[in-house]
Amino acid sequence: MDFTRRHFLKYSGLTAGAILLPSSMAASTEKIRGFPLHKPIKEAATICPYCSCGCGLLISKGPDGHILNAEGDPDNPQNRGALDPKSLSVRQLSQSPLRLKKPLYRAPGSDRFVEKDWDWMIAEVAKRIKTTRDTTFQKTNAKGVTVNRTPGMAFLGGAANNNEECYLASKLARALGLVYVEHQARI
Amino acid sequence: MTNHWVDLKNADVFMINGSNAAENHPAAMTWINKAKDERGAKLIVVDPRFTRSASQAELYVPIRSGTDIAFFGGMIKYLIDKNLYHKEYVVHYTNAATLLDPQFKGPADLDGLFSGFVDDDKDGFGVYERGTWKYQMDSAGSPVRDETLRNPQSVFQVMKRHYARYTLEKVSRITGCPQNKLEEAYKLFGSTGAPEKTGTILYAMGQTQHTVGSQNVRALSMVQLLLGNIGRPGGGVNALRGESNVQGSTDQGVLAHYVTGYVGIPKAAQNPTLAAYIENETPKASYWSNKPKFIVSMLKAWWGEHATAENQFAYDYLPKVENPADHYWISLFESMYAGKIEGLWLMGQNPAVAGPNSRLEREALKKLKWMVAQDIVDTETCSFWRAPGVKSSEVQTEVFILPAADAMEKEGSIATSGRLIQWRPKVAEAPGEALPDHQILNRVVLKLKELYASAPGPFSAPILHLKWDYGATLDVEKVAKEINGYAVEDVKDPKGEILVKKGDLLKTFGVLQDNGTTACGTWIYAGYFAPADDGTGTMMPATKRRGQKDPGGLGMYPYWAFAWPVNRRIIYNRCSADPNGKPWAEDKKLIWWDEAEKKWTGYDVPDFVVTKAPSDPGGKDPFIMHVDGKGGLFAALNEGPFPEHYEPVETPVEKNPFSSRLHNPVIKIWKTDAGKNIGDNWGKLSEFPIVATTYRVVEHWQAGGMSRWLDWLTECQPEMFIEMSKELAKEKGIQNGDRVKVRSARGEIQAVAVVTGRFKPFQIEGKTVHEIGMPWHFGWGGLAKGDIANDLTPHVGDANTTIPEYKAFLVDVKKA
Repeated sequence: MDFTRRHFLKYSGLTAGAILLPSSMAASTEKIRGFPLHKPIKEAATICPYCSCGCGLLISKGPDGHILNAEGDPDNPQNRGALDPKSLSVRQLSQSPLRLKKPLYRAPGSDRFVEKDWDWMIAEVAKRIKTTRDTTFQKTNAKGVTVNRTPGMAFLGGAANNNEECYLASKLARALGLVYVEHQARI
Repeated sequence: MTNHWVDLKNADVFMINGSNAAENHPAAMTWINKAKDERGAKLIVVDPRFTRSASQAELYVPIRSGTDIAFFGGMIKYLIDKNLYHKEYVVHYTNAATLLDPQFKGPADLDGLFSGFVDDDKDGFGVYERGTWKYQMDSAGSPVRDETLRNPQSVFQVMKRHYARYTLEKVSRITGCPQNKLEEAYKLFGSTGAPEKTGTILYAMGQTQHTVGSQNVRALSMVQLLLGNIGRPGGGVNALRGESNVQGSTDQGVLAHYVTGYVGIPKAAQNPTLAAYIENETPKASYWSNKPKFIVSMLKAWWGEHATAENQFAYDYLPKVENPADHYWISLFESMYAGKIEGLWLMGQNPAVAGPNSRLEREALKKLKWMVAQDIVDTETCSFWRAPGVKSSEVQTEVFILPAADAMEKEGSIATSGRLIQWRPKVAEAPGEALPDHQILNRVVLKLKELYASAPGPFSAPILHLKWDYGATLDVEKVAKEINGYAVEDVKDPKGEILVKKGDLLKTFGVLQDNGTTACGTWIYAGYFAPADDGTGTMMPATKRRGQKDPGGLGMYPYWAFAWPVNRRIIYNRCSADPNGKPWAEDKKLIWWDEAEKKWTGYDVPDFVVTKAPSDPGGKDPFIMHVDGKGGLFAALNEGPFPEHYEPVETPVEKNPFSSRLHNPVIKIWKTDAGKNIGDNWGKLSEFPIVATTYRVVEHWQAGGMSRWLDWLTECQPEMFIEMSKELAKEKGIQNGDRVKVRSARGEIQAVAVVTGRFKPFQIEGKTVHEIGMPWHFGWGGLAKGDIANDLTPHVGDANTTIPEYKAFLVDVKKA
């Protein structure tokens, strides 16, 4: 098809407009001037984050970098523009007021989270990992075979993550000696 | 999926078993409906519930949850009895003709067991010694075959005897499906056994989440082999994977039993050294004979210059396990419950809602010293310590919540169910201080390296030497290049010609080496980030391509993104041509042997040695990942080499009509705190007479973290509900919209009753059996709230994968 979807919408839009307008006004359609948007909109193609169909999404975003609209990408062969209600909701996914915005810490026995800064969190998390690894690390098993493993810690998750993130998780987990490495695919 | 989404348009008949694609994989219906509209294709839906997918079907076949092997076993018998199977395909491309050792015995001979069963503790569950599950070999060490299929020891004849017991009458009695519906389904799907036709089977968790889940998939794969439907356009064994990148997360090895690219995790007893690993884990034939190249190249990618021939390429840096299955999900949570795991690191997962027997799993979380969760919202897992009914002061776990960017707010690639790896650029800003998960991992690793440099712990080399050079702010493309693989030194062919120059990205795993001259994070992804033509002459990383060309018109779109392996869109595609290399049908012409050019050619990347002629030795052996090159009608899993019907652990049936073995004999039954309020409790039929199953709806997503916090989706589907038949509702005095209590041996939940014609009572072995169903998305958090369905489900798994039996368990229901 030489015709792009955008052309199609443009032409079909004009046709529909012409049909809806009284005949006297239809002739003046040509004179309708463009409506200047009050802010520049950028559009980019990406892939839906829900199921594994890999549907193409076209995301429009405003100058503040936030999503204004999501629609199906007609160029993506997986879905050719069709979407389900979740894919259409990615704007809310990105902008929900309920999104986590700050690192949170909950002390043992506490009834609340407290906000912390990233440097503190990363340092404390790394310390916990190191302590657990170092205190539970097994160099050899009962038969004396070198096993170099950390049974005291587990890693879970990744099916909603990108390949590159999953790869990094896999690489890091094994470098730490983890044997409990699991995620959504198992259940 | 062996095939992919767009290829669905090439099918003549679809059978959806244990999937509700219309809700959970909506794009599938685009292609199913196209095939129906344009080519008169037919859709069969086999499901205990009349789903939205069923509403689109020409034929709806209701079966009770947990009886798929009976359904498929009956189909295998029917296809053989009525001569509907694709004989030429079966003879040449499967192991039907191969002769089995006469010592091998099956359930027809041994009352539900295969030869070799060992039950040490006499509790009815055990393991198999597989010594008799083998082919007859000739003096040259090749399997003995009888291509007439008449030899009584041929796989074909042994299989035929095995399924002779699966009569329409018996299958009907156990599945609850009327005989005429079974026969109609068998006949319609059997029509794809004609050489010019293809049929596809689409399945999801309705097949896998059973104690016989792996054998369910084996059974449907056998049907596809018998009908000649694998490796062909419009055919295939198509697992509709769940999350957006669960295919990719699986490929990248975030699972206990392997590292990346399905290369097994080393086992301590067998594989203490790299030499032992290579010796024990590398088959002599099949493409897996290249495994040494895969593991050495991965070790080079992980530990760089510290991985040398002298130190076994840093093989000691990898952990070794006693038995991989000891670390699978259910075992992991049992260990955590027993206090053996002190730290848990989560990246976007919500086990408080998603785990089986989730009350027990939430209790296990309380035994952790610390928990780190990277997530986009405050899920039930993030806040397990303040769950309804939990006293925060009694939970001593330290909790660290790291706010994560969502998929729109970072870049990287994901793999569809059809193995298509598509790149996502960053298209939005993350809220507040939220960071992409890869940046969080990067920061933690850089800090760990700092800590280990100043205070080394036991064997700190794997961390200090870990090749982690992605920058202070991680460069995702650098990670992609490492996964893709690159030449560490010039890679040369045996004549000394340079195949890949030092530093260049690999275009295929065909150039991988086992001597340390190539580094490759995930061998099956080789080529995904290498420069490739998008069909217009423009070069770019293969995964980023958006080319629209579709040579052959079958929807392969070879210039759109990149499909692993090596951009192949349909795997085992040697089967798309007949034994002599000619396409079975002109309108399904995918690859073929070009006699003039002496090579395989066509519209897809051949899944075969390109220059191996059909007349060459092995030229008719299309299943290149198998040692004998044949599709396995006979293939060993832990329960045996042919699927046999066993009932779910909680079943409404007192006796299995096929044998005296009621349950899968090789599953593990946990008994932790049995009899206590929270524990591995098992329901008796007298107390829990109703079958229950779980599922998803289109408006919500998995455990809810990406949907229950959004108000649009909450308006669409606001709360937890239970679907039940009008007949059951009448028996129990329940009206549509009433609040009801559902109780299993593990827990009790409340929800709104949806009284519907979508469920009908089954007639099972002469008695009425009711089944109810419920979504498992809900929890106490977010906007769309509800009780957790998994508070009811059991902590028991499949005998091979240990995927939980979420899809068939017993409950009772009453008005709240």
